[in-house]
Amino acid sequence: MKRAAPFFAILGFWQIVASLQLLPAFVLPTPVSVLRAMIDNSELLYHNTLVTLGEVLAGIAIGLFFGIAAAFIMMLSAGVRRVLRPVLTGSQALPVFVLAPVLTIWFGYGAGPKILMTVLLVFFPVASGLLDGLLATPAATLDLAHIAKASQWRTLIWLRLPHALPQLGASLRIAVTYAPTGAVIGEWVGASKGLGYLMLMSNARLRIDLMFAALALIVAMTLVLNIVTHRFLRRFEI
Amino acid sequence: MAANWGITGSARIDRQQLFTGLELTLEPGWTCLMGPSGAGKSTLLRLLAGLETSATFEGTIRRPDRIGWMGQTDLMQPRLTVAQNVTLMARLAARPHDPVRTESILRSVGLAGFGPRRPETLSGGQRQRVALARTLIEDAPLILLDEPFSALDPANRAAMQELAYAQLAGRTVLLVTHDPAEALRLGTHLFMLAQGGLATVPALAPPHPRDSSDLELALAAGQILTRIRQSS
Repeated sequence: MKRAAPFFAILGFWQIVASLQLLPAFVLPTPVSVLRAMIDNSELLYHNTLVTLGEVLAGIAIGLFFGIAAAFIMMLSAGVRRVLRPVLTGSQALPVFVLAPVLTIWFGYGAGPKILMTVLLVFFPVASGLLDGLLATPAATLDLAHIAKASQWRTLIWLRLPHALPQLGASLRIAVTYAPTGAVIGEWVGASKGLGYLMLMSNARLRIDLMFAALALIVAMTLVLNIVTHRFLRRFEI
Repeated sequence: MAANWGITGSARIDRQQLFTGLELTLEPGWTCLMGPSGAGKSTLLRLLAGLETSATFEGTIRRPDRIGWMGQTDLMQPRLTVAQNVTLMARLAARPHDPVRTESILRSVGLAGFGPRRPETLSGGQRQRVALARTLIEDAPLILLDEPFSALDPANRAAMQELAYAQLAGRTVLLVTHDPAEALRLGTHLFMLAQGGLATVPALAPPHPRDSSDLELALAAGQILTRIRQSS
C-alpha cells in the first residue's frame, strides 16, 4: 500500500488539475472519466488487450528462443561468431521501431508483423547480452574445461551459461519492457484489433477517455510483465 | 608406476627467453617449484598441464591421460551445489559420477554432509577443501598445483597443506609456490626456476609434512628466500 501511495497521489493531482478544466476534456480527461470509459467499454478493452498480450507473449517467447539459440551457435562456432558478431553489435544502433511500416508492407495487417516487431526487440538484446556473458567466462574457470577435456557444448552448459545468466537476465528485463511498445507501434501502423489500434480509433473519434483507458492498459501490461519477469528471474537467483 | 612425467625444452614469450634447455622429470611424491615472480613457474606448470599460455614452447611434455589441477583460486562455480562442484570434472568430460563416492570424498576432506550446500555458504577454507575434493575424485596419477593455498590465512593454509599431503599420498605432485616454508614442509624434491634455468634446492629429510614450528625449516626457508631475492 505504501508503495502505491505516490501513484495515487499523482492520480489525485491529475484529477484536481483536470477538474479545473484549464484544458478541454478532449485533451486531458479526468482519471474518473477514464475509469468510467474503462468500465463502460470493458468487453472491447478486454478483447483488444488479449490481442496485444498474445502478440507480446508470442514475440517474447520466439525472440528469447532464437536469441538464446543464436548466442549458443555463435559461442560454439568461431567462424559464425566472426561473421555475425559485428552484425549483432551493429544491431544495437538499429532503431527497430522505424521498421514497423516496412514489416507491415512485407507481412500484411495481421498479427505477423506485430509479433515480428516484438521478436526483433527481444532477439537482439538477448543474443548480444548472452553472447557477451558467455565470452566473458574467466580464463581460470575455462582451465577446468581444458583439464577435463570437455566438449565445447559441455563447457557451454556447465561453465559458460551459469556465468552468463546475470547478463541474460539483464537483457531479458530490458527486452520485456520494450516488447509491448513494439507490438503497439506495429498496431499503429496498420491493424484491425489490439490496444494500439484501439488508441488510434479512439483518437480519430475524439474518444480521449477511451484512448487513455487503452493507454493505461498498455502501461499496466508492461508493469505486470516486468514484475512477472523479475519474480521469475529471482527464483533462479538471477 | 612407469611414471616418467615431466618437461624438456625451451620457452619464450615474444623474443624474451623464459627458460632454455630445461629438464624436469617428476618423481613420485611431492616436488615443489619456487622462484621469483615472472620467472615462468606458472607457465611451466601450465605447459605441463596442457593449458593455454602466452609462451612459445619447443620441446617435449610427458604427462598422463588424466591430470588433477588446482589453480590459484578455488574456482567454485557459485550456481552449482558443493556436490556438483566436486563432480564438475566428470560432468564436463561426460563421464558418470557416483554420489556415494562423492560423499565419501567429501568426508575425507572433512566436509561430510556438505553436498547439497551452495559455495557461498562456505568459508574460504571450506571452499578450498571442496576444490581439493574436486581434484581427488578424479583419481589422477599426476597432480599439478598452482599456488592453491596462497589465498588462505596462515592457519587454514597449514591445515590445507597437511590435508592435501595426506590425501594425495602415492601420487606424483608438482606444487608451484612462492612460499619457501610451504615448499620445505611438503617437498621431497625442491627446484628453483630463475634466470632461465632450473636449480636444485636441498629438501628437508623426511618425515613430511614438517611441523610449521620446525626450527630447521624456519632457517632453511629464510635461506631460500634470500636466494630467491638475489636471483630476481
